[in-house]
Amino acid sequence: MVNTKIMLNGIEIDNPVIPASGTFAFGYEFAPMYDLDILGSMSLKGTTAQARFGNPTPRIAETPSGMLNSVGLQNPGVDAVIREELPKLEKVFHKKAVANISGFSVEEYVECAEKFDACDAIGWLEINISCPNVHGGGMSFGTDPCEAAKVTAAVKKAVKKPVWIKLTPNVTDIAQVAKACEEEGADAVSMINTILGMRIDPKTRKPILANTMGGLSGPAVFPVALRMVWQVFEKISIPIVGMGGVASARDVIEMMLAGATAVQVGAANLVDPWACEKIIRDLPRVMEELKIENLSDIIGGAH
Amino acid sequence: MKNETYVISSNEKLARDIWRMQLVGDTSEFGNPGQFVNIALAGNYLRRPISVCDYDANSFTIIYKVVGEGTEKMSRMERGMRIDALTGLGNGFDTELCPKECTVVGGGVGVPPMYALTRKLVKEGHTVRVILGFNSAEDVFYEDQFRDLGCEVTVTTVDGSYGEKGFVTDAMEEGTYALACGPKPMLQAVFAKSSDGQFSMEERMGCGFGACMGCTCQTNDGPRRVCKDGPVFEKGAVAW
Ligand SMILES: Cc1cc2nc3c(=O)[nH]c(=O)nc-3n(C[C@H](O)[C@H](O)[C@H](O)COP(=O)(O)OP(=O)(O)OC[C@H]3O[C@@H](n4cnc5c(N)ncnc54)[C@H](O)[C@@H]3O)c2cc1C
Ligand SMILES: Cc1cc2nc3c(=O)[nH]c(=O)nc-3n(C[C@H](O)[C@H](O)[C@H](O)COP(=O)(O)O)c2cc1C
Ligand code: FES
Repeated sequence: MVNTKIMLNGIEIDNPVIPASGTFAFGYEFAPMYDLDILGSMSLKGTTAQARFGNPTPRIAETPSGMLNSVGLQNPGVDAVIREELPKLEKVFHKKAVANISGFSVEEYVECAEKFDACDAIGWLEINISCPNVHGGGMSFGTDPCEAAKVTAAVKKAVKKPVWIKLTPNVTDIAQVAKACEEEGADAVSMINTILGMRIDPKTRKPILANTMGGLSGPAVFPVALRMVWQVFEKISIPIVGMGGVASARDVIEMMLAGATAVQVGAANLVDPWACEKIIRDLPRVMEELKIENLSDIIGGAH
Repeated sequence: MKNETYVISSNEKLARDIWRMQLVGDTSEFGNPGQFVNIALAGNYLRRPISVCDYDANSFTIIYKVVGEGTEKMSRMERGMRIDALTGLGNGFDTELCPKECTVVGGGVGVPPMYALTRKLVKEGHTVRVILGFNSAEDVFYEDQFRDLGCEVTVTTVDGSYGEKGFVTDAMEEGTYALACGPKPMLQAVFAKSSDGQFSMEERMGCGFGACMGCTCQTNDGPRRVCKDGPVFEKGAVAW
């Protein structure tokens, strides 16, 4: 029998597979498809203090081996999420979920984090300082190590639950930002958010996305994400939650070998709603094939 | 929702760039007319949403227009080949809300879902007036199939090369209950002329089953996902 269990900030999870924020709604949408309790955890849709419609449509475009999105953090606001979405999730998911939090000011991050910190259903707080689809917030905190440090410090001071900082790949040196977060007490970094990209429709000669640019995700970004996880692993000692293009049990293992303690699966859920179930079912078989007894033994194993 | 594999039993051209594909397989998730399937194509990352034109116990029909890479690939697929699809997506039209007399309006590739709808309405005893709008004579399809359901059918073409010249709304009576699918300007015009009705929307989709918030539209009830809360919205909810 192989062992897929992982320790993540003092919380043991059954396996390292976590659906990524923005690709799993508030979780319960997937309950008719499979037993959600097989998941390691799940990261909920990015939440802000106020309700947001997000960006105008079209806000999805196809790319080779991936997709662009410019959803722009559509969510009903933190209070509605806690009042309406979490109770629905708790009926079908009996483990701790990850709250994904976005903001336009340090105060907003803190406000949302404090509210989720008080929720039983939530095990970890994932602070998204990397959304490429909103202006004057989101990614602007993630591209500057000083700003990233400020958000981390402020949130850490306000909450008890473990805090992950979700990093953007749209920087020159992602390890530097990761390091800044670690120094301010982050319990983990999760990475990568989407890579800024765009498509143009040659017929209309206009960008396909109403917002012009959007974030690239899916298998197209896997090698970039893997490389960045590798680089960050070399520089920090807190856990890394790796993601970007993961679509199979082998990808999970590759991410872990690069340095990830847990792995998130994003766009794959959108094209195959059963993607995470399949990955989790495959994992023990692939581990046996690769002679891995304890999955946690391979974290950073390629270094 | 189900993920099923279907075998193509026919794939033929009906009009300019318009193809009809018949597929054999599990249709147990299929419900209201106006629902759609989301088709996976080898070499394309995202699935393609296509309305169900008609279905029975073990097969269904789609009609699609070749507009890009994916639909072009579909047009080259042959009998016996397999297609992977997510099925039973969207809400579809609710015929229980329809009065005895109603008008069904389809424009271009908005026509296909109106076929199963019309069949259902007729079966339930409604008197259905059908208006199908196209650009030109070469684009017209399914006029006879609708007529065979026993309805009064009017075809309009923008250039007047077939049927009545003009837009669907030129053939539409003011103040009727309308069920419509087609390009947005058509929907808006039908909306304005109808007393009440149901309108099927289109939006680019990431998932097609409610997970990504890619397809959201603003309604009078707040933001709604076209793929899951729609694609059909009641007139009272529609906010253009
Ligand atoms: C609910 C719904 C029902 C539909 N029913 C039908 C139908 O019955 N018959 C039919 O011919 N067409 C229908 N469409 C439109 C159809 O989905 C697009 O024409 C098709 O996806 C184009 O794919 P492509 O690869 O040929 O085009 P490309 O432009 O190469 O596609 C690139 C990407 O954009 C998306 N896309 C492009 N145009 C549209 C569009 N108009 N709507 C949504 N996504 C688009 C594609 O899905 C793909 O992800 C429907 C759309 C929706 C949302
Ligand atoms: C439609 C969509 C919406 C997303 N929304 C969020 C979000 O709200 N918050 C966030 O931190 N990341 C969001 N992301 C980014 C993903 O969580 C993930 O970091 C990224 O997509 C890379 O993983 P993938 O290639 O497996 O999709 C979103 C991604 C997609 C495709
Ligand atoms: S397409 Fe993903 S929510 Fe509608």
